[in-house]
Amino acid sequence: MMQVTRSRMHELSVAVSLVELVCEEAARRDARVLAVHLHLGPLSGVVEEALRFSFDLATEGTSAAGARLVIEHVPIVANCQRCHVDREIPSAQRLCCPVCGTPTPNVIHGSELELRAIEIDEHVAAHR
Amino acid sequence: MSPRIVEIRQNVLKQNDLLARELRRRYATAGTFVVNLVSGPGSGKTALLEATLAALRHEFRVAALTGDLATDNDARRLARAGVPVRQISTGTICHLDASMIVDSLAEWDLAELDFLFVENVGNLVCPASYDLGENLRVVLLAVTEGEDKPLKYPTIFNSADIAVITKSDLARAVEFDRDAAYANIRSVGPALEIVETSARTGDGLDAWLSTLIQHMPNHQPPATSI
Repeated sequence: MMQVTRSRMHELSVAVSLVELVCEEAARRDARVLAVHLHLGPLSGVVEEALRFSFDLATEGTSAAGARLVIEHVPIVANCQRCHVDREIPSAQRLCCPVCGTPTPNVIHGSELELRAIEIDEHVAAHR
Repeated sequence: MSPRIVEIRQNVLKQNDLLARELRRRYATAGTFVVNLVSGPGSGKTALLEATLAALRHEFRVAALTGDLATDNDARRLARAGVPVRQISTGTICHLDASMIVDSLAEWDLAELDFLFVENVGNLVCPASYDLGENLRVVLLAVTEGEDKPLKYPTIFNSADIAVITKSDLARAVEFDRDAAYANIRSVGPALEIVETSARTGDGLDAWLSTLIQHMPNHQPPATSI
């Protein structure tokens, strides 16, 4: 357990930022958080398992304690300058057009680390 | 009432991004060109920076911030170049974030600086996610590290503008496969500029320095040292 927090510390920082955002929104509505919906891209630099582990730690004692973390993985999308279309790139290790093979420096999506939505219960205000 | 869903759509690191944007504005106003150096531990950030500071200080007003989990060894090494240096001790945190830069700059007048170098914590994962408001992000890859590092850490290479291959004097000794290294760097960062240096022999330093200067918005005129 210690190993995880030590080697993946930045997911803990990320989780703390996430929980702060979430709790701000919940507090404004006097609500408890049931679930947190996140978009995560392969170029975000964030590892899902480490984030999940950190999320549980970061929510402890907050209005998001026990909330589910729902992660949707979004793909890398880059513009191919040769085909003149946006293409989904299957691997972060090979940023080139899957159709024509041209390198694709113009990445449009894939670095997302975005809080999309929260599910809240407004009846049960936690930690008043 | 049943649970309801509230749409948010916000970057999780919004706070850092806002601070970074503010820093970027301050740098632009002051005319300071800011370079963020990232790499794994032991890739030669400090050695490259020592050589860079020593070379640039004659023509430009330069300073450096250096981040480490602990010790001020790097700051002491860099200070030998005779330029202002400040250590950022991050404690348990594995990266620099924009708020640490804001705090460190509190007593410095940016208008007095042409170049500010930020040596990030030695780590190829975490610093990728944190914008420091820099003008250039430079990732280092030592020839001793293995040519496949870019494939193992694509995010940080992809987020950089320049890749510097360091310790080139050791390339032959470690049978560094130069073609493979270039191919791997270009595979994860098709737009990356690549420079090779040896801080020990000085090879490639001129090319590295002119690459840096070329990136400055208007090749600023030489200024007096502070």
